[in-house]
Amino acid sequence: MTESPHAAEVPAVPEDSPRPAPGGQPSRATAGWPGLGRRFAGRIAAASESWLLLALVIMIVVFTVKAPGKFFTLTDFSLMWQDAAWLLVMAVGETFVIITGGIDLSVGSLLVLAGVMTDLYCIHHGGANASWTVIAIGCLVGLATGCAWGAMQGFLIAKGKVPPLIVTLAGFIAAGEGVAYLITGGGDFRTVPNRLVTTIGLGSVLGVPWLIAISFVVAVVGGLVLAFTRFGRYTYAIGSNPEASRRAGIGVDRHLIKVYALSGLLAGVGGILSLASFGTTTIAGHAFDNLEVITAVALGGASLFGGRGSMLGSFIGLAFSTVLLEGLVIIGVNEYWQEVAIGAALVAAVYLDQFRRRQSGSGRARWAALRLGRQRG
Amino acid sequence: MTEPVLEARKVSKHYGHVLALDDADFVAFPGEVVALIGDNGAGKSTLVKTLVGAIRPDAGEILVDGAPVQLASPLDARGFGIEAVYQDLALAPDLDSAANLYLGRELYRIPFVRVLNGRAMRERAVTAFAELGIELPDVTTPVGMLSGGQRQSVAVARAVLFASRIIFMDEPTAALGVVQRGRVLDVIRRVRDRGVSVVLVSHNMPEVLAVADRIEVLRMGRRVASYTAAQTSVDELVGAMTGALELSGNGQGGTQ
Repeated sequence: MTESPHAAEVPAVPEDSPRPAPGGQPSRATAGWPGLGRRFAGRIAAASESWLLLALVIMIVVFTVKAPGKFFTLTDFSLMWQDAAWLLVMAVGETFVIITGGIDLSVGSLLVLAGVMTDLYCIHHGGANASWTVIAIGCLVGLATGCAWGAMQGFLIAKGKVPPLIVTLAGFIAAGEGVAYLITGGGDFRTVPNRLVTTIGLGSVLGVPWLIAISFVVAVVGGLVLAFTRFGRYTYAIGSNPEASRRAGIGVDRHLIKVYALSGLLAGVGGILSLASFGTTTIAGHAFDNLEVITAVALGGASLFGGRGSMLGSFIGLAFSTVLLEGLVIIGVNEYWQEVAIGAALVAAVYLDQFRRRQSGSGRARWAALRLGRQRG
Repeated sequence: MTEPVLEARKVSKHYGHVLALDDADFVAFPGEVVALIGDNGAGKSTLVKTLVGAIRPDAGEILVDGAPVQLASPLDARGFGIEAVYQDLALAPDLDSAANLYLGRELYRIPFVRVLNGRAMRERAVTAFAELGIELPDVTTPVGMLSGGQRQSVAVARAVLFASRIIFMDEPTAALGVVQRGRVLDVIRRVRDRGVSVVLVSHNMPEVLAVADRIEVLRMGRRVASYTAAQTSVDELVGAMTGALELSGNGQGGTQ
């Protein structure tokens, strides 16, 4: 392999460059510190997370001023996050799913089903006095249920080419409204192992409530996997261009099955957290979890068209919607307005996503494709 | 006479009742640019897909360096150092150019748990672009933000980075302006000078004559002629493509 002798003849900056390098710098992976700093600052300004974080901070300030001594307290934040623990865990899975360009409506139902399966095993092996071994096996049963159901959905989506919206809507109805009640015989299981409730549900580890510790660990690990591993890279690639991913040798179908299985698995984790927290299977209590989770992820900047999103964004998105709801309660706004506020925030987030896409090249191309499709149709 | 780097012998492919390839032959020698031309429906795309492992022929043989091989998937073809630049480029617009360059062939920092080595990929991407004389604003810019010509460059660079034997380019200049078109042709020559063969699929006859060493003509699923670029003309090529000139040409089966 000889180095090309022509390299020097080519002009430094191509004429067709729409975005010349800042300060006319040629491309370098390792620019100097000033360049790096400027790029970093640019990144922060461009990142959708920053704007949401800003909005979150403003909101916290407003609520704190409106309800002094009540809102901005450690207890309140702790309680708030304990209530959102399973939502955070499911948002991690949903982030992966949405970045592939899919959607998972089944998460709340899989949470319920996994909780029911976990408790079913525990009830048959000691009930309220079940040992840790029984609880551990029960948890594995619940996790396996969520994972298997998710994998089945992934299989239908990837191999069966059934749209994710339909597959997971069916899963949402079947698992939450059907299978869970078939197993319990129509109500809720109210016998949950005491050890599970007092430890995971109410207890703390190193001063941090278990619910928060588990959900944050899941979020951090999920974020690292998404940002720094091949699994994460393929998740973005498939959402960005499935055909290109296929041609690049990525097993797209297999990856999609894994992503939906992961979402199901994490819904299973959520199921255990919810079971431990409430001490009952709360089958009817998670009907809107899917919408809350999807709202959080979309608020966090993940594109429903796939290819974009981040775990930090989803985390801040969930914090935003949680703080908004909690804050409105504390300052005494009619609870029905809370739902309206979340709905408005969701539409605003998706509108911003569309707006950004129209700004960028890929957005233009996609927009043109949409318009073409409309003309043809 | 040198051994062909890649050769197809009597390759056939049916799509239902349609015979896309009918005992088609094709040959590419080491370090040459060979143009594959033909009218629409002549079987160019099918032949290329066969040679890059995207489809399996119903009959016929494919040889790499003279040895028969089975190309069951594009991954098999890659294993033999055969790469392709598709007309639609096959890039992920939300990933940056370094990520696109290494898509499906990532470098790892901790291979056991598949942790990516983003820094190594970025640095090697910068080197790869520089070697080809391709200038991008920044290898961390999402490909969707780049211009058409720059995206083309990324797709070409990816093929060049990994191809050790031969690169297929399907209409690489079709969507480009005059300046970028010239640049792509420069890159093709540069790749050839590095010893990697290039198969150029194109409709643009002047371009074919400008860059190709040899030209193979397909018509109705068969190779009908094979020319040395220096000894042919646009008229002759068009004649062979359309069938106005029955089986002429200066060689059947590639003389070099």
